[in-house]
Amino acid sequence: MTDATAPLELKEQPGGRVRFYGIWLIAAVALIVLPLVFSSGGSLTSFSLIGIAIIFALSYNILLGQTGLLSFGHAVHYGLGGFLAVHVMNAVANYNWPLPLPFIPLFGGIGGLAFAIVFGWVMTKRAGTVFAMITLGIGELVASSSLILRSVFGGESGITTDRTALPHMFGWSFGPQRQVYYLIAFWVMVSAIAMYALTRTPLGRLCNAVRDNPERVEFIGYDPHVVRYFAYGFAGFFAGVAGGLTAINFEIANSAYLGATQSGFVLFAAFIGGTAYFFGPILGAILVTYLQLGLTDLTTVWQLYFGIIFIGIVMFAPGGIAGLLMMHRPLVRAGSLATVIPSYLVAALPTLAFALGVILSIETVAHYTDSEGEGSVVHLVGIPFDAVKPTTWLAAAVLVVVGFVIARLTWRRVTEAWDRAATIARDRGYLA
Amino acid sequence: MSELIVISTLNGVLFGMLLFLLSSGLTVIFSMMGVLNFAHASFYMLGAFFGYQLTRWIGFWPALVLAPLLVGVVGMAVERYGLRNTHRHGHVAELLLTFGLAFAIEEIVSMIWGKSPVDYRVPTALDFPAFTVFSTNYPAYKIFMLAVSVSIFVALLIVLKRTRVGLIVQAALTYPTMVGHLGHNVGRVFMVVFGVGSALAGLAGVIAGPSLVTQSDMASLLGPILFVVIVFGGLGSLPGAFIASLLIGLIQTFAVALNGSLASAFGPLDPGLGPSVLTDIWNVTIAQIAPILPYVLLVLILIVRPMGLLGTRET
Repeated sequence: MTDATAPLELKEQPGGRVRFYGIWLIAAVALIVLPLVFSSGGSLTSFSLIGIAIIFALSYNILLGQTGLLSFGHAVHYGLGGFLAVHVMNAVANYNWPLPLPFIPLFGGIGGLAFAIVFGWVMTKRAGTVFAMITLGIGELVASSSLILRSVFGGESGITTDRTALPHMFGWSFGPQRQVYYLIAFWVMVSAIAMYALTRTPLGRLCNAVRDNPERVEFIGYDPHVVRYFAYGFAGFFAGVAGGLTAINFEIANSAYLGATQSGFVLFAAFIGGTAYFFGPILGAILVTYLQLGLTDLTTVWQLYFGIIFIGIVMFAPGGIAGLLMMHRPLVRAGSLATVIPSYLVAALPTLAFALGVILSIETVAHYTDSEGEGSVVHLVGIPFDAVKPTTWLAAAVLVVVGFVIARLTWRRVTEAWDRAATIARDRGYLA
Repeated sequence: MSELIVISTLNGVLFGMLLFLLSSGLTVIFSMMGVLNFAHASFYMLGAFFGYQLTRWIGFWPALVLAPLLVGVVGMAVERYGLRNTHRHGHVAELLLTFGLAFAIEEIVSMIWGKSPVDYRVPTALDFPAFTVFSTNYPAYKIFMLAVSVSIFVALLIVLKRTRVGLIVQAALTYPTMVGHLGHNVGRVFMVVFGVGSALAGLAGVIAGPSLVTQSDMASLLGPILFVVIVFGGLGSLPGAFIASLLIGLIQTFAVALNGSLASAFGPLDPGLGPSVLTDIWNVTIAQIAPILPYVLLVLILIVRPMGLLGTRET
């Protein structure tokens, strides 16, 4: 999984091809081995959710990262895929069609694709901000319509299904979560390979060109509108696959799958992970799903932390986590990374203090207003703080203010160290 | 029937003027800075909650002035410390920043004031029926809302058309870079315009709060409609935003008041058909489809006239 969109490397590494296939092979082995290492029911459920999120986030990145289309309504494809999958599953069970469960996500994909084919032509007429607004409006339209068309979408309660009622395959009933996990893992691998291959086709390259300079694309004889339409269709298809897998995983499809929350989730996942690299959304999907599952137990205001992390990434690291990691690659190759490390370590302490201060402030306010009825004591890194005591407020304020002031000074030094390291890398020909 | 028409027209114009209080700020900000402010509806919500809190502390009338000012300060801070730093990463990053802000503001509001509606009441001085149309008492507070939004509209018109500041803003709508070349401090103009736009949204929140429901999801309910308004009117066109605001205000209000469906017009379908998409569509009332009407309009205008009603720019 090398970068799909970064500029060409200045110096080619030897054995690049071996490394390239090696990474995919390692990913496949990891997917197979994971449930053997962590075999508890909870971790199997988490892995299944993460796998679905990976497909969903990668499909979103076909739009945002590769074609430069910001969509606020990507969950429409995901949800419609889920609904079509559920209806097909019920039909298979009712009419005894010889269609085993592993093929169902394909129908999910068709559901997502069908919507993209019908509405995509009008929607992709324009790019940029207008496209973003249109996807938002269409998203709301579909989400509200799903509540009106009760016979198809099942109203508030949704439509349920039974995945074990379908014909078995290799003697698997797909009742146990482990078998569902392997089904999801298979589709994660297939979809990831397909989407990566897509970035390497002429169409994938044209998508990048449309993102960077649509006018020049027109001059060489392509219609950016058509390219955007194709990208939208592929993104819709894979989002539908993810939706179909969700329907299999939960054995239900409801109107929440289509809604703005789901669209926001995939945007967060893709952007936090980093949209400029193919593997960015994978990192983002893993992190965001993991946070979502982990934070809900710890705090009532976990969504606020999501928002803050997202704002932080947008403001200070628009390349996302993948962008931050790949920034260091030329330094590692040039061997100048050691110049930066000490300044990172110095900056880490006040930054951590600032972060703790922010967390303490948020938790203090949350427990002070006590909208969830959890009492006024905040537990942070093992220390109990009482939200109604002024000392807690003072501690939070001191951490935030002092942490911020010192962190700013140390980050200035990080910038200086970074410039020195980058100069070395440039001199040695590893950085443009 | 004529009673329904009169009341719905009044309510529709009122809702339309409220929408315009919001969409005017959004349009001016978009035209000048190229930023579609996703958090605009959140400023409206902040206005409502600040208004509620200040009303409890110091009374409605001081709150009517102070709450929008506070929201304006929040807006200026967002522009100065958020958007200005994000600008170099491009418009998508700016849009995403405001998207994250909208998300965070909703969470902060529900953290502080809870997820259920707060008890934001009409001030007692305005809590009486203004006049009676047919048999319906029309509340004085709604007339007050109408008066406030109309006077803001007139004030905005005068400022934009008759003053030097308005001239600069108008020039920046069409030629943003040229205004900078002419030596105006574009950064400060942006900050002030963003602040004023947010303050107007805040004002809309303060006056709409007691009449509508003041709740932490009010921003996410109104936000998408707001975007429909400005895309429908044509991005960057103030007159377009005005027409679209009134149109969508009227359409939604009339739709909510009408209870007809295809079944009531042409008689019920044969019950032997069983539940299907057709019966769903046949039985749905106009009131039920009111929430999706703005989005249907959006799709229609995109097919017929992609640049919006009065829009001229292709961006």
